[in-house]
Amino acid sequence: MLDADFFRRWMTATAASVDREAERLTALDSPIGDADHGSNLQRGFRAVAATLEKEAPQTPGAVLMLAGRQLISTVGGASGPLYGTLLRRTGKALGDAAEVDAQGLADALRTGVDAVMQLGGAAPGDKTMIDALVPAVDALGESFAAARTAAEEGALATTPLQARKGRASYLGERSIGHQDPGATSSALLIAALAEAAGE
Amino acid sequence: MASPTGGDEKLVGIVLVSHSAAVAASVAELAKGLAGGGTTAPVAPAGGIEGGGFGTSAELISAAAAAVDRGAGVAVLTDLGSAVLTVKALLAEGDELPAGTRLVDAPFVEGAVAAVVTASTGADLAAVEAAAADAYSYRKV
Repeated sequence: MLDADFFRRWMTATAASVDREAERLTALDSPIGDADHGSNLQRGFRAVAATLEKEAPQTPGAVLMLAGRQLISTVGGASGPLYGTLLRRTGKALGDAAEVDAQGLADALRTGVDAVMQLGGAAPGDKTMIDALVPAVDALGESFAAARTAAEEGALATTPLQARKGRASYLGERSIGHQDPGATSSALLIAALAEAAGE
Repeated sequence: MASPTGGDEKLVGIVLVSHSAAVAASVAELAKGLAGGGTTAPVAPAGGIEGGGFGTSAELISAAAAAVDRGAGVAVLTDLGSAVLTVKALLAEGDELPAGTRLVDAPFVEGAVAAVVTASTGADLAAVEAAAADAYSYRKV
């Protein structure tokens, strides 16, 4: 069973990973975006880690709700409301249970991913974070490690796609050949989930 | 289109969300200027991120909406991607923006002028929204 401590570890591991990878995320965002994805997410997840340390919410749902709120209020770019919505809707779906099982998390995360698709209007294949998150959620029923692999493969598979959402979509065919920064950061989030689970 | 609802104190508020502080402030100034003399609806810019720089700040948006809320609703107009998504996310939160706050689907500059002029007549939120959205139908060529 997964308790609030597990979810705090997930968020802390994500913050550490985003810190390590911020420059790479921004480099990926340079040719097709506005070159701020790494620094924006770094600001957001640093705020998440600081807030969780201070407030120590007691349930899995409360951890994700608080983290999502921090992202919406601190990121400054589109990834704030998108990741914020992902975590808040996932947290809300978990309710106020003290512990959840892996299947419960998978179901809740699917609710969160659906909410992100609705907010941003993106579908699989649009070269967005959805291309990493949907396969990850599909694989989560199997294992955390399988979800990590699926997210990483999903992020790599965005390279040949033409962007249909966000700033990159203005580039048309010139967006082809670049890995999507949002799908890449989503793969970091899922990898941190596997790390928190010790897989 | 404009349906006066009574006292001047009950005007619809307008929030202008841009990635740029200068753009939001200038469009607010332009819209107020074109609304003419007399009572002008409350307008607040929410541009850029705190401390400067391009982007969208949830804090600035919430503060701007609170500042223009007179109890008659608040119309929020936005420019690009993250401005739209942040307002939608705040609306989904439920308690971050005043009751009766609405994201208006309209072009930023033209919609802002239409919204402020209409709100300044005492029109209700639906009429302000319709006037702003109608700005899309004005073709330039």
